[in-house]
Parts: sequence; structure tokens; C-alpha cells
Amino acid sequence: MLTIENLCARVEDKDILKGLNLEVKPGEVHAIMGPNGAGKSTLGSVLAGRESFTVTEGEVRFDGKDLLELDVEERAREGLFLAFQYPVEIPGVSNMEFLKASVDAVRKHQGKPDLSSVEFMKLARETSKRVKLDQAFLKRGVNEGFSGGEKKRNEILQMMLLEPRLCILDETDSGLDIDALQTVADGVNAMRSEERSFIVVTHYQRLLDYIVPDVVHVLADGKIVKSGDKSLAKELEAKGYRWLESEVA
Amino acid sequence: MSEQVEHLIRKEYAAGFHTAIDTETLPPGLNEEVVRFISAKKNEPEWLLEWRLQAFRAWQEMDEPDWAQVKYPKVDYQSISYFSSPKSMADRPKSLDEVDPKLLETYEKLGIPLHEQEMLAGVAMDVVFDSVSVVTTFREKLEEAGVLFCSISEAVAKYPELVKQHLGSVVPQKDNYFAALNSAVFSDGSFVYIPKGVRCPMELSTYFRINEQNTGQFERTLIVAEEGAYVSYLEGCTAPMRDENQLHAAVVELVAKDNAEIKYSTVQNWYPGDEEGKGGIYNFVTKRGVCHNSAKISWTQVETGSAVTWKYPSCVLRGDNSVGEFYSVALTNNYQQADTGTKMIHIGKNTRSTIISKGISAGRSQNSYRGLVRMNPGAEGARNYTQCDSLLIGDRCGAHTFPYIESKNPSAVIEHEATTSKVSDDQMFLCQQRGLDAEKAVSMIVNGFCREVFKELPMEFAVEAGKLLEVSLEGSVG
Repeated sequence: MLTIENLCARVEDKDILKGLNLEVKPGEVHAIMGPNGAGKSTLGSVLAGRESFTVTEGEVRFDGKDLLELDVEERAREGLFLAFQYPVEIPGVSNMEFLKASVDAVRKHQGKPDLSSVEFMKLARETSKRVKLDQAFLKRGVNEGFSGGEKKRNEILQMMLLEPRLCILDETDSGLDIDALQTVADGVNAMRSEERSFIVVTHYQRLLDYIVPDVVHVLADGKIVKSGDKSLAKELEAKGYRWLESEVA
Repeated sequence: MSEQVEHLIRKEYAAGFHTAIDTETLPPGLNEEVVRFISAKKNEPEWLLEWRLQAFRAWQEMDEPDWAQVKYPKVDYQSISYFSSPKSMADRPKSLDEVDPKLLETYEKLGIPLHEQEMLAGVAMDVVFDSVSVVTTFREKLEEAGVLFCSISEAVAKYPELVKQHLGSVVPQKDNYFAALNSAVFSDGSFVYIPKGVRCPMELSTYFRINEQNTGQFERTLIVAEEGAYVSYLEGCTAPMRDENQLHAAVVELVAKDNAEIKYSTVQNWYPGDEEGKGGIYNFVTKRGVCHNSAKISWTQVETGSAVTWKYPSCVLRGDNSVGEFYSVALTNNYQQADTGTKMIHIGKNTRSTIISKGISAGRSQNSYRGLVRMNPGAEGARNYTQCDSLLIGDRCGAHTFPYIESKNPSAVIEHEATTSKVSDDQMFLCQQRGLDAEKAVSMIVNGFCREVFKELPMEFAVEAGKLLEVSLEGSVG
């Protein structure tokens, strides 16, 4: 599904990713862990195509397509979804309107007809129930005055409605209490399927108790320095990232 | 008037020469003779001619205002023709095929029906189109309710006492330079009279009237709502309006008697000039309403057109407990300049006013909010709330805010909030990551920014206004 080869990227004049390799197969859940400043969030931004990041080297193939050639919205329409660490507010634009516009855009790309407003509203209400987000939030401005937890649930709501094939969760667990964490994880787990892959970027092992990964990678200084199964996450938790630095060296 | 014009046009068309029509157009220049000529052409009574002449004499003594945050080459008032009869059929495009395709594209995007496109583009039509029957039904319904709605020329002839009583009562002839000019040479406009206690059964729209004739560049509108009456009036049109007249100086006067309510909504989309800022209309408008006891006047405007806009719809809250509202969206793109806002003059006790202004600047445009809130000594317990938000798109445009606050009554409460923000990269990235293209993203963010104002517009207008912003913002990103 996703093949990253020797990916190098910088923001302003600072090199962040320095030759990252990663292979994600359909249906797999990959966790990316690592110390602060390792480039975890950068990876998500670069894959999604954020303008302020410049790819200096490397190749990314998404279902055989050259991902780096595509615009931000084209990547999204192809089925790449990024759940943000800090979802931004768009005052005055109702969540419902925003969700409908994005679902319409993605469906159009897939050659599917627009959902009628009635169909869509029904779907949105049902989905918001699944992420335990009160329906009142559908009428409010996008993330406008939402708490941290509500914003993250809203991200999962968007993910569920858009049905992407590759979901990148950028520290979605940060700032969540245990109940919200459970809800977010339930959402992700419900979406797991043989055709859909996940890249779960997280700082803490805790999330991986709820979303059990197939592969765990450790990202340090812009590269993946170690990969393993879910036990690697436990080991990291116990020994800390410093342990790795000595091991790699 | 319209019948006369129709008649003239037909006659001219049948006769096959159009020099006769040309003699109906005055050569450029402005003097007393011109004012007399206009008045005579319209068969006006002596008092109105005298009224125009007073205005003209005052205008001659006045200077063009230069305090606004706008720059434009000096207007040569002697190079303008102040009276011209409508274009002859022969000069008009014969079908939409002869109309600028760019204009048609915009009509298409706004979803304007074909026959309306023809009207807006000034296509010569021999056959009277569908909406005439609509107009007739509309007229009958209004008559039943006792509402008077006609051109101001017609009103001068049919209801001279009403016109005489109210014309200039809110915006005096000498009010300002452009109002004086308008008073001297006004071409035509609308007249609305709602009798005591009557709720106008439908929204009144200039659209129905403009079908009949071109009101020209010096439009004059007078709306009188008697005690307890209500009317909602829609001015303008979301479709881009082309006009050869570069200068537009309109005057609108509203009179809301005790307990009356007037809701006045405008969508202004005059030609803004091209991407380099060439051409475009200068729109210098004076709009003001007076509220008697417990009356309410609400101005809602969506301004997207014109090269230069100078416009401050105002409320004089004369009566106790009266209410004034101003909701505004002003969008400027490319080289457009807008200096717009309002004046809320609190005279009566417990008067209240609300100002919500949303300015959006894109391209190399300059957008200014200028507003006055004045609490007179007698305005016991008066309140004002002002919220003034600016949104910038790109880094070559400007947003300015000039609030003037004068309070002469210690019990009055004035609140002012102002924000300036940019369409942020984070917002754009979120929208695009969810599959929206950049233009859709910007228009959605801008529409969200304007939501508080759009919700004040009549339903249909609000939808159109949203689309209009989208079209007006084209080319502002990427």
C-alpha cells in the first residue's frame, strides 16, 4: 500500500527526515514511536503534502502512484487521511457543512454521486454517536470552542465518514483522558480491515494497549532505527529511548 | 416613464433611424440649465425643480470629500452627461452570443436563469418575458395591502404630497457633496410607502422594477413606513452589473415612524475593474434612516463590487427605545478599495444599536471600516455594541479600522470589539487534507467568517451571497 524509500525532508533550513524507509502493507497497523524532535509529526505532514515541508530526496509510492507528485487534496481524495495532533478551528463553518463538502469531494473523485443532504445528515448523526460526540457538535463551527478531547473525536468522526485507505494518526492520544482514548481506539479498531492500513504516531505506549499494532518502529533523528512487533513498544516503555541510542550506536 | 420609453423605442425602430434618440442625450457638462432640463424632461412640479436647484447651488460651493481611505483620479464632473435616454434597441446586443463570454461564465456560476441573463446583459428583447406576469401578480397583491411601490418619478406625479413631505427629510440636499449632486440631478429610483399598521406581504425587490427601466447613475430611493408598519426591501442583485457610467452617487432615505420596522438588504456587485485595476465603478452612496419611537431600522449589506466604495448606511435613533442595526460584509479583491461603515446617532432614551462589520481583503485591495457611534446628551440608557472583524487573504492587501466614538451621556454604554485575522495555513491545510481544493477552502472559510451577517439576509439572498463571495474571490489564491 505504502512504500517509503530514503525519504529526506526539511522545514525551512532544517533537515528533519534523513533517509526514512517504511513499507506498509494493506490491513497493517504500524506504530511509529520515538523521542521528541525525532521527526514523527513531520512524517505525517510530509505524507499529507504540507507545503512548508520540502522533500529533498527519496520516493513515496501509494498504491503504485508517486505520492509526492500529487497535491494535498489529491492525496486526500486518493484515500490518505491525516488525523491532526492540534486540529484547527474554522469559525462559522458548520461541522456538518464541512463534513459534507469533504465527503462530496472524495466521492466525486471516486466517481460516486453526491449523497443527498438527508442521507448525509443521517450518516453523520449515526457516526457521531459512535465516537460519542453529541449531535450538537455537527451544527457548531468546525472545532470551534471544542475541548481537546472533542477535537480528537471530531477527527475520528471525519476519518470514519471519509473511509480512507491509509489513516495516519498524529499523536491522537495526546491530551486525552482514558475514556476519550478508549473511544478513539474503538473507532480505529472498528475501521480496521484487510484493505485499510494505519500509521499510528505516538509518544506513549499507552495507546498501543488499545490499538494493537502489527509492527512497531522507532524513529530517531529522522530515520527508523529499529522495528519489531508490539513487544518492542513495551520494551521501550520500560527502558526509555536512551536504551536504543546505546543499542544503535 | 417606461411606457414612454417603450413607445419611443418602438417608434424609432419602426422608423429605422436612431439620430432622433441621440438628441435625447445631453452633451457632457453640468450647470443650472442641465438641472432644469432634467426636471422638465420628467415633467416635474415647480417645487421639485426649485429643490434640485437649491441642491445644485449648494453643491457648487462644496468640496469633494478627501478623508476616506481611498485613492482615485479626480472626477471631472463636467465630462459626465447627466441625462441620457435608454440605449436604443439597435445598439444593444441582439442575443447572448454577442455578450462578453466572461460575463456569461459568471452568470452561469451564479446560476442565473437564461432570461434573467438576457435582461442583465441588456439584450434587446422584442418579446416581453415571463416575469412580467409575476410582476403583475405582485403588483395586485401590494395594492390589496395598500402598499405603494413605484419609481420615484411616478411617485412625484401620483403622490406629490408624500414625496414632498419626506424627500430630503433624512438626507438633506446639502448633507454632503455626493448627496447634493444626487439631489440636483437624480435620475430615478424607488419609492415605497407602507401605510399605518400594514405588514408588507412580501419582500420588495428593486429587481422587479429595474426590469422596466434603467435607473441610471444617480439613483434616489425613499421608503416610508408609517406607524407600526413593516417592510423588507432588497436592493441590487448578485449578478455582476456592467454600466458605462463610472460614477454612481445614490441616495437612500428611510423613515420609520413609531413602532415601524424597515429591513433594508443590499447586495452590491457593480463592475470592480479588471485584474490590473482598470475600469470599475466609483460608488459614492449616502444611505440613512430615521427611527421614531420604538422603531427599528436594520441595514444589511454585502458589498463585493465597485472599484471604489464610499458608503455609510446610518441610523438616526431619534425616538425613545428605537433600534438601529448594521450588518455588513465588504469584500475587496485585486485593486478594489472600500471605505465603508455606519453611523449610529443616539438621540432618544434607551436607544440601542448593533454593528457587525466583516471586511475581507484579498489581492492588492484596501478595505476600511469607518464607523461613528454618537450618544447625544439626551440618550439616557442608550447602548451600542460594535464588532468589527477583518480577514486578510495573502500579504499584499490592507485592512483598516476607523471607529469614532462620542459619548455625551454618562449612562450610555458603548462596547467595541475588533479583530484582524488571516486565512491561516493551518486552516487551508485542514480543508485540503479533507479533499477540498484551495478555492473551495478559501470560500468556505470566508463564508464562515461572514456567517453572522449572512444570517440576517433573507434566505434566498443569503445563498446567493455565499456563491457571490466564491466567484468574487476567484484568483485570490495560488
